[in-house]
Amino acid sequence: MNTKVSIEPITRLEGHGKIEIYLDDKGNVDRAWFQVPELRGFEKFVQGRLPEDMPQITSRICGVCPTAHHMASTKALDDLYKVTPPAAAKKVRELVYSTFMAEDHTLHFYFLGGPDFVVGPTAPKAERNVLGVIAKVGIETGQKVIAMRRKLRELTALAAGKPIHPVFGLPGGVAKPLSADILAQFKTVAAEAVDFALFTLDVFDKIVLKNSGYVDLIVSDGFTHKTYYMGMVDEKNRLNFYDGTMRVVAPEGNESARFASRDYAQYIAERTEPWSYMKFTYLKAPGWTGFNEGSSSGIYCVAPLARLNVTDALATPHAQAAYEQYIKTLGKPVHHTLANHWARVIELLYAAERMQELANDPETGDSNVRTLPTEQPREGIGIVEAPRGTLIHHYKAGEDGRISNANLIVATQNNAARIALGVDKAARTLITGGKVDDGILNMVEMAFRAYDPCLGCATHSLPGSMPLRVNVHNPQGDMLTTVRRDSDGSIHRT
Amino acid sequence: MPEAVEPKILAIFCNWCTYLAADLAGTSRIKYPANIRVVRVMCSGRVDPQFVMDAFAKGADGVLIGGCHPGDCHYQEGNYKCLRRFELLRRMVKEMGIEDERFRLEWISASEGDRLRTVVTDMVEKIRPLGPRQTLTEVTQ
Amino acid sequence: MSKPKVAFYWCASCGGCEETVLDLAEAVLDVVKAVDIVFWPVAMDFKESDVQAMEDGSIAVAFINGAICNSHQRHMAELLRRKAQTVVAFGACAQLGGIPGLANMNHHKDLVEAIYGSDAPQEIWKSNGYELTLPRFADKVQALDRVIAVEYYVPGCPPTPKITQQALDALLGGSPPPKGTVLAPDQALCEDCPRRETRPEKLLIKEFKRPHEIVADQEKCLLAQGLLCLGPETRSGCEAPCIKGNMPCTGCFGPTSRVRDFGAKALSAVASLADSNEELDIERILAPIADPVGTFYRYSLPTSLAGGKFTK
Repeated sequence: MNTKVSIEPITRLEGHGKIEIYLDDKGNVDRAWFQVPELRGFEKFVQGRLPEDMPQITSRICGVCPTAHHMASTKALDDLYKVTPPAAAKKVRELVYSTFMAEDHTLHFYFLGGPDFVVGPTAPKAERNVLGVIAKVGIETGQKVIAMRRKLRELTALAAGKPIHPVFGLPGGVAKPLSADILAQFKTVAAEAVDFALFTLDVFDKIVLKNSGYVDLIVSDGFTHKTYYMGMVDEKNRLNFYDGTMRVVAPEGNESARFASRDYAQYIAERTEPWSYMKFTYLKAPGWTGFNEGSSSGIYCVAPLARLNVTDALATPHAQAAYEQYIKTLGKPVHHTLANHWARVIELLYAAERMQELANDPETGDSNVRTLPTEQPREGIGIVEAPRGTLIHHYKAGEDGRISNANLIVATQNNAARIALGVDKAARTLITGGKVDDGILNMVEMAFRAYDPCLGCATHSLPGSMPLRVNVHNPQGDMLTTVRRDSDGSIHRT
Repeated sequence: MPEAVEPKILAIFCNWCTYLAADLAGTSRIKYPANIRVVRVMCSGRVDPQFVMDAFAKGADGVLIGGCHPGDCHYQEGNYKCLRRFELLRRMVKEMGIEDERFRLEWISASEGDRLRTVVTDMVEKIRPLGPRQTLTEVTQ
Repeated sequence: MSKPKVAFYWCASCGGCEETVLDLAEAVLDVVKAVDIVFWPVAMDFKESDVQAMEDGSIAVAFINGAICNSHQRHMAELLRRKAQTVVAFGACAQLGGIPGLANMNHHKDLVEAIYGSDAPQEIWKSNGYELTLPRFADKVQALDRVIAVEYYVPGCPPTPKITQQALDALLGGSPPPKGTVLAPDQALCEDCPRRETRPEKLLIKEFKRPHEIVADQEKCLLAQGLLCLGPETRSGCEAPCIKGNMPCTGCFGPTSRVRDFGAKALSAVASLADSNEELDIERILAPIADPVGTFYRYSLPTSLAGGKFTK
């Protein structure tokens, strides 16, 4: 009879999940299952809704990244109505979006994932949180972090109504222009945000990069996977969160695909495993070969690690310098999952600098921020880079002008297969001879936490079980068993 | 084939017109189907959509609102308020699964006992073939 | 004297209610000084087993957000009910059912079939000594007080940091309000709205407009401009951020105490504004309100009188 170790619930992320780890009689991991037990059904219940309500309804998929959904939805509405917003509206949107990216990445680094490094992965449970971080970095730094987040939120409220579930997105523009006063506040805070991001990079350098134990952990095989990477780039192949072209890079680093938002369905597919309730996304070329890595497997990765693999350079100076340092240290492409944390801080810096560029651009304050739609709504696709990865909203409207169909491919879904691989591998690497304690279990959780997953997002429509197909190996590395579960409950073991 | 069930219809009648029509039907021995359960309000404008939702939630097979003809409201505009609410409410309950036949607003004046009979008979006959209703959710207090 | 223990938990939630607590910003440090947070999955590593190990009633206040959609969420709500003296339904989903409540427009069987075909998920999966469990989905989405007893409600989607701070002060102070209180002012948003002065005494609408059809004036009452603002029907306390964003209120703070079914009452109030007494003209005026369920019951379908779609 096998021993079962449960991590219930998984913590310091958005959403519900649990990890069930079965140990064999030698105390080694037999199989590990990453389960996501929630479902709300957005793709179904948005049918019949009005298109202009979609940005505010879909933002409720996630209260941590509502602005991402709001923005993808608003862009989908532009396409749905075939309406082009005025230049100022796009700048206002990107300004708010950059503000949001800076805030959310700050949240993840200091509150969610960061504690694992700042306080230590095996530190006592009661300290592994933002309060432990503050105790470690000092109350002054703690207050600086809190104040920075507060200011970024206040700006979002000024421009977009509310920081949690904003209201400003409309097909063809935004609900109101930015007054001179509000724009001035953006300018001031953007400058502070750039300084803050540089400070955060420095914190990361001191606490993580100068700690050889952490660096070893980051580059360790147990947390490394060679997959494809996807992200959005501008016309110069530089990362852009708000708009651009999708680019895919192979495990070896070469560009393997490039597509416009409208064509996503030709490149990405969702798949239901017979034994799974959550759809996994994969690249149609090379296609699905199972839970494998490498260039013949269509599994890919999104979010900071992926985006920095996909981009040729970053469009702002400080971020570019930080990026060059990152590549110099780790090479390119970077396959180490835990490097997501470093990549995220570099993205924080880019977001802050982009915020500064847009806040200092006079056109952002122009009063014309609306183009009124004239066409009937038909079909629309909007893609943005959410903090946690590529986010796709695809809507169809019926003859009555109401939403008839919605397909949402939500950031963390793109990472679902790689997370499954990651948790399985981490468990098998970390748990041997029956030695299991809170610290070790937390390190297994670090395998998903680096992706900053948003499970409420990922299960907008489908529930549940995100099973790992588990390969059980003996100590020599020979694969002994593979297990999969069918949806009728039957187990197949080979 | 489920057994035909006699529909139960909540009838909300205004004091000054439709309720008197029902009285008149009674005293004139005009027979109308016993399917309606009558509640008297002072004006059709008093009909709160919450009454209608509550009735359907509790399993009513139909709801009939009876008021004065346009221009005849004892309180001037009450029936117009009712008309406005009815228009939107009808659409909403339809989306929530209540067929058109189950929810009606009729103008029936105090002297129209016969018309009352016609309306009620017609409503019952149209609802009966729709079959018994079930609520999706339990009624909560 | 030891600090009161406090727990935060999320059921079918988007996490926005968690975020709003973090948006207390510096004030969160004061909260942390005053209380002992013993369970908060978004930010802390305490696990369910830690809660199970606590004595019943040892948690002073449990703030639970999110609607109840499955058996695990019900289980956690019941667990926290046992361990806490006071339970607060925090946010629109816990208080009213929330936006996930729109799933009640589909019969549960239809939803499951649309998603899984004939292979529905299994609650318990056993094989070869392994046992994995998944929660069973409830037939309908429910608000928290349909599942456990609730002492207080904090409205909003999400509640604002200010309303949250006021709730914390009220509950952790010496004299808590009467049980059953909704912790926000018991009046309509219109009373607080920055555009109140521009609302006409007699408000009648000749034509309702959808937000993308006009460029709304930034100073005038939005309802007076024909936009469907639910301010008159919605409880105040939020300080009207959506109106300041130049968009109409969508009703997330729910009803005042005098209303049983928010959507039905909101529909009644809005329809009454149609400036006509002619049937066809009334239809024309109200036609832009093309999705009445999504408009009026967006946050409150589970706690409506119907609870969801009626079925035959």
